[in-house]
Amino acid sequence: MDLVQLQRQLVDYRTSLYHEGFLDEQFTQLQSLQDENNPDFVVEVVSLFFKDSERLLNELSKALEQQIIDFKRMDAQVHQLKGSSSSIGAHRVQKLCIVFRNYCEAQNVEGCLKCLQQVKHEYGSIKTKLESMFQVNLGPILYQCSKLVSGIDSPFCFFECQLEQQILNAGGSIPV
Amino acid sequence: MLSCGGGSGGCSKEMAVELGDEPHVLAVDDNLIDRKLVERLLKNSSCKVTTAENALRALDYLGLGNDTLEGTVSEVNMIITDYCMPGMTGYELLKKIKESSVLKEVPVVIMSSENIPTRISQCLEEGAKMFMLKPLKQSDVKQLKWHLMKCRN
Repeated sequence: MDLVQLQRQLVDYRTSLYHEGFLDEQFTQLQSLQDENNPDFVVEVVSLFFKDSERLLNELSKALEQQIIDFKRMDAQVHQLKGSSSSIGAHRVQKLCIVFRNYCEAQNVEGCLKCLQQVKHEYGSIKTKLESMFQVNLGPILYQCSKLVSGIDSPFCFFECQLEQQILNAGGSIPV
Repeated sequence: MLSCGGGSGGCSKEMAVELGDEPHVLAVDDNLIDRKLVERLLKNSSCKVTTAENALRALDYLGLGNDTLEGTVSEVNMIITDYCMPGMTGYELLKKIKESSVLKEVPVVIMSSENIPTRISQCLEEGAKMFMLKPLKQSDVKQLKWHLMKCRN
């Protein structure tokens, strides 16, 4: 597949994630913080987000299984999840956390259970989508790619870097 | 979004650092992701960064805590703290700093994910230099640094 097609694919994919509300401009902010001195920044932050979110979702599940539900503690945990998802631009998860907090405040068990399911679902979606973008840990190659690419205003071009790596490995040169 | 404190309370000369030095910022936040983000934002604005995961650890680092070891107090040019933290809140941390004769001139910035006007004015009245809404952006931090450098010069 040629580079231009791949680039277009990547742009379309990324645009669709924003269009469909999976990601918001905060994710773009994260990308802009990545450079040749911090080539893995986005992957690192997103990985932290995954780890932290899974911990919180487990705790929330356990909390809702208890005889006596500690809504205050749950609210604090949802607040954490809301904060993290907001900071990385995981828009849908963040929005659901707002609803979830309302149910916690109202001490509505049914509402909380329903919300938790929705949050888990949305979290699963964004995790899959982000993971598919980070299939290859590229490090310095990422920055080189950003210099080679014209017309894409972001260093976020993993797919094309994957292709470029293949070309380089095969002893070829990257078309300018 | 930034809200700034009034012009009162300039920065003490003791806190001024030579031109060209990197300011040392203490960033306090209980959220791991936010700590990483604020650290990156500050480093991108040429600041030295130390992070603390709660107010008590921050107080220890500043030399105001019960567990501060002799000779480990570091000079800090600015403190940026989250408002909502378990145990001691950012607001309470702000008060403790302003009560300290040693640290009261250090500019304190409060961050929050919630835009609550009474919370903002409460912090500014207590002496916070600025109130910032999360999630933080690079432009927010650049503006913050500009204020900090202006204060020092």
